[in-house]
Amino acid sequence: MTDSKKLSSEDLKRHRKRLLRMHFDSGVGHIGGNLSALDAMLVVFHEFLAPTDTFVLSKGHAAGALYVTLWGLGRLGDDDLKQFHGEDTLLPGHPPTIGIPDIRFATGSLGHGLSLAAGTALGLRFRGENSRVFCLTSDGEWQEGSTWEALIFATHHALTNVTILIDHNELQGFGTTSEVASMSRLWTHLESFDVDILVVDGHDPDALRDALSATPDRLRIIVMKTVKGHGVSFMENRMEWHYLPLNEVQYQTAIRDISSL
Amino acid sequence: MRKQLCDALLSRSSNENMIFLTGDLGFMALEPLQQSMGNRFINAGLAEQNMISVAAALAAQGFEVWVYSIASFLFARPFEQIRNDVAFHHLPVNFIGNGGGYGYGVMGPTHHAIGDYGALLTLPNFEVFVPVFDEDVNVAVSRAAASKNATYVRLGRTETVPGYPVPPYDRLRQLTRGDGGTLIAVGPLAGLYASAFAGLPITERPNIWAAAEICLTPDAIPKTLLEQILQGPGLCIAEEHVRHGSFASDFMLRLSSLGVYPKLFHHSCALAHHYDRYGSQTYLRKKSQLDPEAVLAVLNSFKEKAVQLR
Repeated sequence: MTDSKKLSSEDLKRHRKRLLRMHFDSGVGHIGGNLSALDAMLVVFHEFLAPTDTFVLSKGHAAGALYVTLWGLGRLGDDDLKQFHGEDTLLPGHPPTIGIPDIRFATGSLGHGLSLAAGTALGLRFRGENSRVFCLTSDGEWQEGSTWEALIFATHHALTNVTILIDHNELQGFGTTSEVASMSRLWTHLESFDVDILVVDGHDPDALRDALSATPDRLRIIVMKTVKGHGVSFMENRMEWHYLPLNEVQYQTAIRDISSL
Repeated sequence: MRKQLCDALLSRSSNENMIFLTGDLGFMALEPLQQSMGNRFINAGLAEQNMISVAAALAAQGFEVWVYSIASFLFARPFEQIRNDVAFHHLPVNFIGNGGGYGYGVMGPTHHAIGDYGALLTLPNFEVFVPVFDEDVNVAVSRAAASKNATYVRLGRTETVPGYPVPPYDRLRQLTRGDGGTLIAVGPLAGLYASAFAGLPITERPNIWAAAEICLTPDAIPKTLLEQILQGPGLCIAEEHVRHGSFASDFMLRLSSLGVYPKLFHHSCALAHHYDRYGSQTYLRKKSQLDPEAVLAVLNSFKEKAVQLR
């Protein structure tokens, strides 16, 4: 990472606002989980992801954050974002199979991404390449058995070029991770594996940079303590913002909230 | 057919681009392959969902990927991974399911795969191979490897008598000739019937055709077969698969698109995942009326009905 690539707080705000605008224009929900994951995605893509690296968005419902991140890199344009969730669009509600080269795998059903990342990392090893593979999961999808299958596989095969980022906002589809599965301190469930675990503030770019910069000799898991609906007063830590779209008044309030951060 | 499978894969295994994943199966069969492939032979453990997605990611990088398990564990448990990660991405992962149909017999219904190829063929970009004879396995493996689609090879066991003259591989090939109606059987069942009916006089012996692939384009249906269907007393299709998603349903749709209709038709298929008692593959076939005697009775009934209809 070089300083020239380093995102400023204004960069982060600009992307958050663009995300809100895109969701407002399209009348689409899933905003809360996008705002909890956006900061990490921006730091990974802008500051760490090399052309030969791979990023797998396992929490496919954060597609909006991914599209806006690619927009910030100039890989998608405003015209593309205007089509989000529309008819005849390149940008469906979850990452698509074809049409966007930066998106290697279509996701949306939870519990697939980590296996796809592990397979990618294994293939890189067979090719003798040491590129990195980043996989961003939600916290709720650690209730999927396949995610644990993938972790067992990745650690057994010592796929140390994999970095798992967990968006630990503690809210899932119909309750908190604590209410649904006693998983409010997710990292405690992971500690028995031969992995390197860091628990960081997922909205602190410097903390994310430090976590992503280290090159441990074990698979790294970055548990990001995040806030669903981060930066928008009426959304933060509220489950309904997993689903709801914004109305005009809410949108204006949200933009003001982000501006004042 | 596991030995033939191992031999077929062994012959390809010097290809450094080839990777084989197994769901913790292959004891007393795949050890030579394991030795030959080294770290490219991966026991992915009891984690079929992960195995399939890992396979998809490897195929996405251009590797020739094979995944192996008991047929029922291979297609049913990780079906969503097969759909989303393999089929939707049009990745040429090769699936090998051992013991398709009632192959695991008295092991019980959890081990049966009588809806396997029907389920997989609901997905885009899939091809299915059902070797009839041991000699077919190498061809099926080669054809699967050459395909740009995902493939499923359903393995059973060869069921012909020793010394049976196996004809060269084809998607549909005729095994016997006679005046006793037309019978198309999928996979090893065809060999079973060919052996069982070999001693019948030609007036009673059916035209037996063996299907080694499931989704046949109209051009794959030989003209001879069409003529036999049109001129004969009836057509019976037999397969160790449930009716929905069957070879028969697809084949009859294709026949209708050609305007070819048999005078009478019967589908002998797997009738139930389990009965009130358990038993071997032979026992379960008999329960489903897939045993040679039951199928012969169907063929004989065509003639009787034809007489009644006159």
